[in-house]
Amino acid sequence: MSQRIVVDPVTRIEGHLRVEAQVEGGQVTDAWSSGTMWRGIENVILGRDPREAWLFAQRICGVCTTVHAQASVRAVEDALDIKPPLAASLIRDLIALSQIIHDHTIHFYQMQAFDWVDVLAALRADPVKTAAIQASLSDYPVSGASYFQDVQGKLQSFVNGGNLGPFANGYWGHPAYKLPPEVDLLAVSHYLDALQFQRNFIRVQAYLGGKNPHPQTYLVGGIARPIDLNSDDALNDEGLAQLEDLFTSALNFVTQALLPDLVAISSYYPDWAKIGAGTGNYLDFGDFSSTGVPPRGGTLNNASLFFPAGIIRDRDLTRLEPLDPMRLTEEVARSWYTYSGGDDEAVQPYQGETHPNYTGPTPPYDHLDVGSRYSWLKSPRYGGAVMETGPLARMLISYAAGRPQVKNLINSTLGQLRLGTDALFSTLGRQLARGVETVVVAQQALVVLAQLRERIAAGDTQTFDDSKWDPGTWPSSARGFGLHAGPRGALSHWVEITDGKVSNYQVISPTTWNAGPRDASGQRGPYEAALVGTPVHDPTQPVEILRTLHSFDPCMACAAHILDAEGTELLRIKVQ
Amino acid sequence: MRESTLAQRVVSLGFPFLRKADAHPVLPAAQRDSAASDVFDADLSEGFLETLRAHKVSRRRFLGYCATLTAVLALPPALAPAVAEALAATSRPRVVWLEFQDCTGCTESFLRSSDPDIGQLILDLISLDYQETLMAAAGTQAEAAKAAAMAEPGYLLVVEGSIPGDVGACTIGGRSATDILTAAASGAAAILAVGTCATFGGIPKARPNPTSAISVSDVVAGKPLVNISGCPPVPDNITATIVHFLSFGSLPAADELGRPLFAYGNRIHDACERRAHYDAGEFALAFGDEGHANGWCLYKLGCKGPDTFNSCPTTRWNSGTSWPVQAGHGCIGCSEPDFWDTMTPFYATLPDVHDFGVEATANDIGLAVVAGTAALFAAHGVGKAVQQHAADRAARKRPADRGEGPPGSGDTPADGSGDQTDGEAAQ
Repeated sequence: MSQRIVVDPVTRIEGHLRVEAQVEGGQVTDAWSSGTMWRGIENVILGRDPREAWLFAQRICGVCTTVHAQASVRAVEDALDIKPPLAASLIRDLIALSQIIHDHTIHFYQMQAFDWVDVLAALRADPVKTAAIQASLSDYPVSGASYFQDVQGKLQSFVNGGNLGPFANGYWGHPAYKLPPEVDLLAVSHYLDALQFQRNFIRVQAYLGGKNPHPQTYLVGGIARPIDLNSDDALNDEGLAQLEDLFTSALNFVTQALLPDLVAISSYYPDWAKIGAGTGNYLDFGDFSSTGVPPRGGTLNNASLFFPAGIIRDRDLTRLEPLDPMRLTEEVARSWYTYSGGDDEAVQPYQGETHPNYTGPTPPYDHLDVGSRYSWLKSPRYGGAVMETGPLARMLISYAAGRPQVKNLINSTLGQLRLGTDALFSTLGRQLARGVETVVVAQQALVVLAQLRERIAAGDTQTFDDSKWDPGTWPSSARGFGLHAGPRGALSHWVEITDGKVSNYQVISPTTWNAGPRDASGQRGPYEAALVGTPVHDPTQPVEILRTLHSFDPCMACAAHILDAEGTELLRIKVQ
Repeated sequence: MRESTLAQRVVSLGFPFLRKADAHPVLPAAQRDSAASDVFDADLSEGFLETLRAHKVSRRRFLGYCATLTAVLALPPALAPAVAEALAATSRPRVVWLEFQDCTGCTESFLRSSDPDIGQLILDLISLDYQETLMAAAGTQAEAAKAAAMAEPGYLLVVEGSIPGDVGACTIGGRSATDILTAAASGAAAILAVGTCATFGGIPKARPNPTSAISVSDVVAGKPLVNISGCPPVPDNITATIVHFLSFGSLPAADELGRPLFAYGNRIHDACERRAHYDAGEFALAFGDEGHANGWCLYKLGCKGPDTFNSCPTTRWNSGTSWPVQAGHGCIGCSEPDFWDTMTPFYATLPDVHDFGVEATANDIGLAVVAGTAALFAAHGVGKAVQQHAADRAARKRPADRGEGPPGSGDTPADGSGDQTDGEAAQ
């Protein structure tokens, strides 16, 4: 019997995601992904000073709270031909790398862990055995049986209180959970540790940007954090030492807890290395240049990028295709927008437009009209092809490019699980790739910090280039784009500046790539494609659907496009 | 099983408070000079001490935390034992946290509450029954968890994000944001609007307000409601408000915009560590110049601190690590209504900086508040000059509605540099 199930709200994500799935014979046979909220931020940016566009764009998302600021200043700098000083670029990269570490850690422990970890089963664990498992996994310092016993006792008193709070109504006891209770207890313990870790580690962004969420330090032309070793009011030796401590603590946490935990949990779910592959096409813009030059696509500056750019098609790791940003398009055939040139058009973001056209049901409603338009997300495509982006794409591209740091860690991680590279094309592979990326990013952050120290020692302390701060130095019209490798994948901002004001602003977010609906030719988006074939043991308890969705780390506020004011010139702006 | 409704719990919270007040007949409380000596008198149950031990938090540390919280809340130190006892006696009231047109930045901020161990304790003091970003359940099970939490009235409702007038712009579980909010508000004991989107409409409401977004207070009426603004709010502003509610069964005193005075009673500019540079006429004139590297005033680079009320300079962000002005970027006024339109362009100098004295809102706070705030300044190592500023200002209690004070009067320095600044600003 075929039946339609609805998961709304999809929780433990950023924002508002709804999934409708057709289930037959214990499997998903078709799926529809819908973003159900939008605000119109790109439209709000119109007519404003392009130097402050990043502050508006940053509010697209408070989880990946640095990425839109980074992409925005890059886009405006590209349009106005501004080159921030190297020290500023390195500090921006440090902030971005800290964001990836932070996001991936919270995603692993706070967002997706409960798809695989049965919290209540941890009460049945033998803490001595958990300690032994911990000792076999890593030299994580907090690991004695008494520690796990304490956590178990705390969990027991929490449960005895009769009110499970955020754990209430979880899928506890579902046959899809396969971990021994001792591993459940290990994961619950590290869930709590990760809460503390993230609070402390994110002070990186306070040192460099004044606060988190929404650090406040970006400038078109650099950053607002001065460097002066002789000043208490600037980044100095003491601040650099604090940064080193924090990044070192991060490297310790992700190598001793996050990746070993991920491997341990994954070892009980080998089936999930064959589920959830999806499109098989992968895209990333690359990022983190040692020379401070932002990613531009192609392969020309790949050598200087820590993460190279590229395209992989049909799961073929032997061929890395150069990426051309001008081949990006967005479609609206199944979205709540129309295009002036026809809704079946595929539009490059420089020519993009957003005319909202909500044709969905009036709430309250039971089902969306999935045969027609059903999402506030557009459908990004690369030369017409569906592309998945994110840590898996990035790791695959680095792997295909032969980057030894990534290749070795992927091989060793897969080796521990006795899996081949084919296993990467799956729900489990998406999780493993994110874990591997967290470690290599934590390693790279210390490299970038050392490079920053070298530059400072050489007297290179300038963090802002003011030569084009004055709008009088700008051409009357200009346009540019900024690419960035965010925690959830390839992000691009596209800006047009006319007479000193923003006249067009467009964003294509990673989650728009992944969570977007079907396109004019009926191709499913990556979420939808990945869900097809996902087993569903009990349609009323669809934890399996959450596993595949969470493996993408949805960020819906980023993904939903904005609305334009009707009847104005500004209609060209499209929103994400 | 839920032991009691929130209303019952509030009564139970009241009793230890009253008993303590009897035991310490010290009124006016503001005259008490030491929070520490009071708070350590608090009478904590053995059960609660056991909980503290399970969390590896010493009694002394917990009580010290309560003393600090009392100061953060601008309450008389004599109330610190009551805060401690109320927290110890709490039966984890239900909290329903809704997200509408948001970016989840306020939830993230909440997760960064300043003291990790104690912050965790605070999470344990409430029962966070519905919070989409953190909860295990999804879809039907999530909706059921919310229905269970709302089955009896008396829960605390937290709202993040604005509410679109265009109903199709935000639906959850097939229902509109307005519908969900109205239903949840009806049984709430109190409502915390968290973040500038929920409090004032925020960025969705910014020109041209594409979705006709409105604030929580535009939708619900007739309920105790507090506006904890900021983009996002300082996390301690959220947790301290919750602690106040747990301790006293009521929301803290608020300004005319509904913001708690303990957090929004002071102007950024008045508590700013760079204030002395303003008074001395020392301004950074360009990002990266010598003044910028040496911590001079950012007013001429567009800082909106003179028009903004928030606790950033005293509480700071991320465990007291820093705040935007300390890190070199001007305040953007993110806790003020419509700041995306009224405070922009962000890099332009405020066109008309009025008298830097206390505004009517701040005047209402009174001496006790300033005493508490001054204690907080001391706790954060803010210099004596700032304390003196606050005390002087409170002592004068000038009737200064915004804009009524003569330019250059009040706190502008005797050497005339402040007048000069005001003059430039007016150009």
